[in-house]
Amino acid sequence: MNAGPSPALSVQGLTVRYGDAEVVSQASFEVAAGESVALVGESGSGKSTILKAILGLAPDWSGCIEIAGEPRGHRPDPRVARRCQMVFQDPYGSLHPRKSVDAVLSEPLAIHRLADRDTRIEAVLDDVGLDPRFRFRFPHQLSGGQRQRVAIARALILGPALLLLDEPTSALDVSVQAGILNLLRRLRAERGLSYLLVTHDLPVASFLCDRLAVMQRGRIVELAPVGALRAGDFSDPYARQLYAASRVGTVEDPPA
Amino acid sequence: MTPEPAPDVIPAFAPDGPGADALLQVDDLRVSFPVAAGRIDVVRGISFTLDRERLGIVGESGSGKSMTGRAILRLVSAPGRVSAGRLRFDGIDLQALPERGMRRLRGARLSMIMQDSTFSLHPIMSVGRQIDESLAIHESLSRRERKRRVRAMLEAVRIDDPDRVAKLYPHQISGGMGQRVMIAMMLIARPDLLIADEPTSALDVSVQASVLQLIDDLVTERGMGLILISHDLSLVSRFCDRILVMNRGEIVESCRAAELHRAVHPYTRGLLAAVPRLHETRDTLPVLERDAREPT
Amino acid sequence: MSGRRAWLLDQSPASRAQANAGRAYRLIAALLSNPLAVFGALIVLLLILSAAFAPWIAPESPVGQDLARRLLPPSGAHWMGTDELGRDIFSRVVHGARITLTIVALVAVISAPLGLVIGAVSGYFGGWVDRVLMGVTDMFLSLPKLILALAFVAALGPGIENAIIAIAITAWPPYARIARAETLTFRSAEFISAMRLLGASHTRIIVHHVLPLCTSSLIVRATLDMAGIILTAAGLGFLGLGAQPPSPEWGAMISRGRAFILDQWWVATMPGFAIILVSLGFCLLGDGLRDVLDPKHGDDA
Repeated sequence: MNAGPSPALSVQGLTVRYGDAEVVSQASFEVAAGESVALVGESGSGKSTILKAILGLAPDWSGCIEIAGEPRGHRPDPRVARRCQMVFQDPYGSLHPRKSVDAVLSEPLAIHRLADRDTRIEAVLDDVGLDPRFRFRFPHQLSGGQRQRVAIARALILGPALLLLDEPTSALDVSVQAGILNLLRRLRAERGLSYLLVTHDLPVASFLCDRLAVMQRGRIVELAPVGALRAGDFSDPYARQLYAASRVGTVEDPPA
Repeated sequence: MTPEPAPDVIPAFAPDGPGADALLQVDDLRVSFPVAAGRIDVVRGISFTLDRERLGIVGESGSGKSMTGRAILRLVSAPGRVSAGRLRFDGIDLQALPERGMRRLRGARLSMIMQDSTFSLHPIMSVGRQIDESLAIHESLSRRERKRRVRAMLEAVRIDDPDRVAKLYPHQISGGMGQRVMIAMMLIARPDLLIADEPTSALDVSVQASVLQLIDDLVTERGMGLILISHDLSLVSRFCDRILVMNRGEIVESCRAAELHRAVHPYTRGLLAAVPRLHETRDTLPVLERDAREPT
Repeated sequence: MSGRRAWLLDQSPASRAQANAGRAYRLIAALLSNPLAVFGALIVLLLILSAAFAPWIAPESPVGQDLARRLLPPSGAHWMGTDELGRDIFSRVVHGARITLTIVALVAVISAPLGLVIGAVSGYFGGWVDRVLMGVTDMFLSLPKLILALAFVAALGPGIENAIIAIAITAWPPYARIARAETLTFRSAEFISAMRLLGASHTRIIVHHVLPLCTSSLIVRATLDMAGIILTAAGLGFLGLGAQPPSPEWGAMISRGRAFILDQWWVATMPGFAIILVSLGFCLLGDGLRDVLDPKHGDDA
């Protein structure tokens, strides 16, 4: 039995249904405290659905989901909100078009009745690398990268220990993506966060994560450390296929 | 690193590029749009030539790469304005052509595939009928002959059971198949030049490779010219002969695909370095300074 | 660029107040750049001012009879002539603006928010809530305005209050449908999910996040509807179901002027002009507002 701290996230035998279809089948994995795990797979593999179930947004699931040792119910729960938050994929869709950055960040504080709003807002903006002059801007006055930083700030402002990331950079330009990836990596180191990252992009997983779970059609087919990406030593045939497809067209690393 | 575009240093066409009888000649192309404070140049005087080869245009959003493709096909509508010193396709001066002439060229000799087939296919027309229509516009053939051509084209884009698929509607087919249908539609009239604007960005990784391979094969078989527009540098380097890198409306790099890793321009090097690798060991990724990152 | 304008248009506002003031300024500036919208707004303003300052603007009392001066044509003394009881028509029209404005404002204030909330709740929750609420909406939508007004009047007696209630009851369903349609477009958007994740209750989400996004289309629709409401009220007045004599309600005035339409055309036509003008004003203003508030037109609202 574990003698150390309970894992940040523990998923056992998770099966999620949408209507009659079984979108996730018997998924089991853990994210240790401070660890970063990636769920990789193509569209339809069920990886985003697992995130939804963890957050209570997919009501029809069975199995066991525990966040920091405490099992969670099937609906969004304010107590879970303080422990686990999500950064969404689309920076354009995840912010309310009529609310300023300040309004976006004040609202979680108001819901959970936390004081010192100004201090907290300023601190989190600083953490995500946004200048204070952006504080009262509206989303249409921000670039994609800036919006994503606001989304990350919103996820962090309640001080969760576990962050779920759904393709956080796939809608961004290459140069902006690098900045956000660096930010995520730094935040994890500074705050000791645990990450569950969903992505179809193996290199992103390689940069941000310690371990990978490869998913195919609702099942986890392989769990591997991220070092497996060096030589592609996966045992599952689909995982090998995914690795091979990701290698197509990689630019030759320039000689050091 | 702050990349400074140096247009005087970059040649107007690749050093070993083709001469005056090239398939496509673009000289000093400019596209501008009005904004609150005047006009903004989205494409700022770019020049290149293309023969029957595969050219990749790489850039991030706002670089002007898509606008370049649309400008060649005259698909930039008012209030956008297009101007060029020279815009010739197979000897035809595209700027002097009236709209009717341009319509005859589009589809028949110059074609474009766009990013997401869910948005570029007519939602309530069967797939087969759309391809058929594409052919009917440009060639006068009997219905039976058209049907035969449509079937042949669906086979050429590697769709199994073409007769069944032809009766389906766009929402009944997958993304990858939708792109193949788009390709069929755009290539059935046998154009000489294909412009593909992010043809695989909306597709899964495994499907991407097969669709690109398909485009590659068709282009080679038919001796077409290809302009592949993408944000993905590695993808373009794999499927093209030459690469143009665009940043903020200008071409900052022009090289052969095989020599990409020896690119000289700081922007290109920055892009190459900023993409995470399959086996990533760095602690931070180098970040490009984008001058116009903040909206004014 | 003056200091204040620069402050309003600052791209990096330093406070909530500044940001909101800036947004309002941009909206108003955009609206004022449309000449037709300005014209419409002026007409509406004229209506409001006439209603507010009627006793001072109108040269005579709207109810004072003087049979010696009946049916006089428009002249310097009586800009719009006099009616069959010798009352100055211009004064009656100006005082009638109050009645028109009251009807229009009350109907809008009752029906639009009611429709908005029903539609937003319906669109947000979906499922059986949606079906029940839309069923109710459909029921009310199928009631024809004038027939319902007749029924009300038959039951409760004629009068302006009953006319307002009758119109309001049939006016809210379109707002519900608009609000529902708007809500459906962003109901599964990520910013709504994000609020659920942060622990927001459904009420908070509907009030703070859903309703604000529906208001623009509602404002546009309500403004455009004003013309229809005026005409319906005039219709009721024409039938004798709205404001009762001697109230100078425009529709009623047209009705009574019917008898003289051939020889003393001004008795019926002047109030008719007023109705047309005010309807036109609201339509133009509504169009202008739609151009300015429509998010597709430009993301600056």
